[in-house]
Amino acid sequence: MDIKHLEDGILQLILKAETEIPSDVITALKQAYAVETGAAKVQLEAMLANVEKAKHKRCPMCQDTGILTFFVNIGTHFPATGILKQVIEQAVARATLEIPLRPNTVDPMRSTNHGDNLGSYLPHILWDFEPGDLAHIIALPKGSGSENMSALQMLSPSVGLDGVKRFVVETVKKAGGRPCPPIVVGVGIGGSADLAMNLGKRALLRPVGTHHTEPLIAQLEKDLLEIINKTGIGPMGLGGKTTALDVHVEVAHRHPASLPVGVVIQCWADRRASLVIHPDGSWEVQ
Amino acid sequence: MEYHVSLPLSSEFVKKLKINDVLYVTGKIFTARDSAHQKIRSMKPVDLPFDPSGMGLYHCGPLMKKENDRWIAVSAGPTTSSRMEEFEDILLDRFDVHLIIGKGGMGQRTSTALKKTGSVYAAFPGGAGVLAAEKITKVADVYWLEELGMPEAVWVLEVNELGPLVVAMDSTGQSLYKGI
Repeated sequence: MDIKHLEDGILQLILKAETEIPSDVITALKQAYAVETGAAKVQLEAMLANVEKAKHKRCPMCQDTGILTFFVNIGTHFPATGILKQVIEQAVARATLEIPLRPNTVDPMRSTNHGDNLGSYLPHILWDFEPGDLAHIIALPKGSGSENMSALQMLSPSVGLDGVKRFVVETVKKAGGRPCPPIVVGVGIGGSADLAMNLGKRALLRPVGTHHTEPLIAQLEKDLLEIINKTGIGPMGLGGKTTALDVHVEVAHRHPASLPVGVVIQCWADRRASLVIHPDGSWEVQ
Repeated sequence: MEYHVSLPLSSEFVKKLKINDVLYVTGKIFTARDSAHQKIRSMKPVDLPFDPSGMGLYHCGPLMKKENDRWIAVSAGPTTSSRMEEFEDILLDRFDVHLIIGKGGMGQRTSTALKKTGSVYAAFPGGAGVLAAEKITKVADVYWLEELGMPEAVWVLEVNELGPLVVAMDSTGQSLYKGI
């Protein structure tokens, strides 16, 4: 397999993720623009104009090009599993220079910037397996404005779903205008502390405007969206009807004595892109 | 009301501004995030390598690139202002900075300082990095780049019609972030 060609594929994946947002997000922003007035409308108009400019100029739409997370699903017969990690890392360093990306990886012990978006445990790569001979990679660059507002609570199971709702809404209220609303809210319920947060982040991968296939969970998503949009926080916290574009919930079974809830908040610039790699090394960014 | 104005803003003009007014500003601004604020606070004003007075303060950690030895802004939207809450009253007190540009709003301590010094806080749409970068006509200077890194360094920028800036906290203590 041609390593350089594969690296180019990851680079194009990062470029797309940083300079474009998916059509489902654009549709939701346009719907919000149609119903808002005043300062809220001014914000949405600028956001939509920025989306166009970023795509046209192939420049990162937000200066906070984020921490890069890659969700990798490898086919059990994919022939290049052994080199993927190294190829992703090399592509991230190249992307930092060539796109460019803002160097965002700081050593917490020394406060020095690594300069190339690499570092201990970064980029964050989450590996999973699937049948077949393809590899699917989703890139999710996420800025700190929204990530800093994420929260975990280990609830007592007795509080039930009402308690879960209260915690999600409280987290959104506390965040206010800081995570660049209208936000997308990813919620992970159940599992362990780390699994709840992981599910909350994975929930963000689902397109805006789609609900969970299980009706009970879909109803919880709708209820939460309605309550959150009644808070009046609005675009950029300046007041308005649209605080969230969507709420996505993922669920794991829980320990009888635990009810972990992870809330992962994503900004309006809900950037994500995906790449498929074929066994011969050819690829397409989607 | 919508205003197209040059920096520095006169104190009469700043006092006239009310929440929900929209500004487009032309002139010099400087970027500072928490690390830069911390450094500015720890130094005597005379020892600073630049004079913040007369400039607008922009809460921003831009994405820059160097082309032919010149810095160019690629993407330069605002960063979350609340991280600067513990520093801003001191900065407003020490320097003639009457315009803060950021996103997400600031707290009571800054609101009180805005009132005391006759200043306003205006919000630029978060995430609109390319829109902001297009309004930067020149990267005039950069300070503490090696020490603090690209996002945290102080960048002095010349901007033309930077906006829309929604006045979100005015000099009378009004705030769009209150009551939400």
